[in-house]
Amino acid sequence: MSTEALRAPPDPYQLGARLAGAHAPPQVTGRGAGGPAPKRIVVGYGFWIFLLSDVIVFSSFFAAYAVLFKNTAGGPTAQQLFDLHNTAVETGCLLASTFTCGMASLAVGQRSQKWTQLALLATGLLGLAFITLEAREFVSFVARGAGPSRSAFLSSFFTLVGCHGVHVTAGLLWLGTMMAQFYAKGFRQDIRHRFLCFSLFWHALDIIWVAIFSLVYLVGTLPPELLP
Amino acid sequence: MSSEHEFDAGSNVGEDRLPGAESAARERTLGREVRGYALGLALAVGLTAASFWVRGTDLVYGPGLAMALLVLAVAQMGIHLIFFLHITTDPDNQNNVLALAFGVLIVCLIVFGSLWVMEHMNHNMAPMQELMQMQR
Repeated sequence: MSTEALRAPPDPYQLGARLAGAHAPPQVTGRGAGGPAPKRIVVGYGFWIFLLSDVIVFSSFFAAYAVLFKNTAGGPTAQQLFDLHNTAVETGCLLASTFTCGMASLAVGQRSQKWTQLALLATGLLGLAFITLEAREFVSFVARGAGPSRSAFLSSFFTLVGCHGVHVTAGLLWLGTMMAQFYAKGFRQDIRHRFLCFSLFWHALDIIWVAIFSLVYLVGTLPPELLP
Repeated sequence: MSSEHEFDAGSNVGEDRLPGAESAARERTLGREVRGYALGLALAVGLTAASFWVRGTDLVYGPGLAMALLVLAVAQMGIHLIFFLHITTDPDNQNNVLALAFGVLIVCLIVFGSLWVMEHMNHNMAPMQELMQMQR
């Protein structure tokens, strides 16, 4: 048996171990191949930092909502206002659009213009359906005299859920831009990096919606005696 | 080198993303990627359905409902992070994981800190009507 076979297998956790290849030992400390991380990793990391700061903004809106939840000033309460069927349909739309966004990522990986455009179109239509349902809900609240100026509870509700709605609307504009850029400029590396950021943004919006539908809608409509 | 290791948005095709996994044998294929997203979708749908079911049922102890919904929400966020945002144990992902941990710390401080402080302030404040009386 050769000494090669007796040697311990390379440690996959060692920095740079993966990039140096299965048999070549790392040549330098850090990333084995030398040089900085690939641009895709750097771009994704930078955008991830932005997303986390966005999540922190949302967390302060969540905190405001939780603190002001009971201050209805004699106005309508969450239990009287919220329609959980509407919330369920909105959740379904956003979850499906997150899945089609993932499919678009795979289509981009395959350099398939047709499937990329189809998956992005589906993502956009589902997002549009979500934002339409949310706008209808807001309009019906205002028509019933439960606008953001009615009580502290409603101010915090419209701020939190409205801020998410504004993010989804901005995401839809970004999505349209990505479709146009893939169509006009093809699968260039910089366009793919932009799309990586868009897909991270869209998936993160769904994570925020998970918190909203669970804590604002489902917990919010529990009978008052069951709330902590 | 950069073309070899440059892979695409959200796609792990052709790239070993799991340290410890045998790299050649478990090469990522398109079919595996699609199955990954489908599994994530199935788990997310299941947890969403569980949330709505828990909200409507009387099988769960009433005062524990809010906590049960919170746990289901956190679980679903974890599913989204793993299957859709691809936060993994990959060496390239270590910075993302650390940033996420710091973000979670800040979010917990803001939310639970606000609730804690405001709870005590509400408790220590005179009822609003008495305040109005005193100001007259």
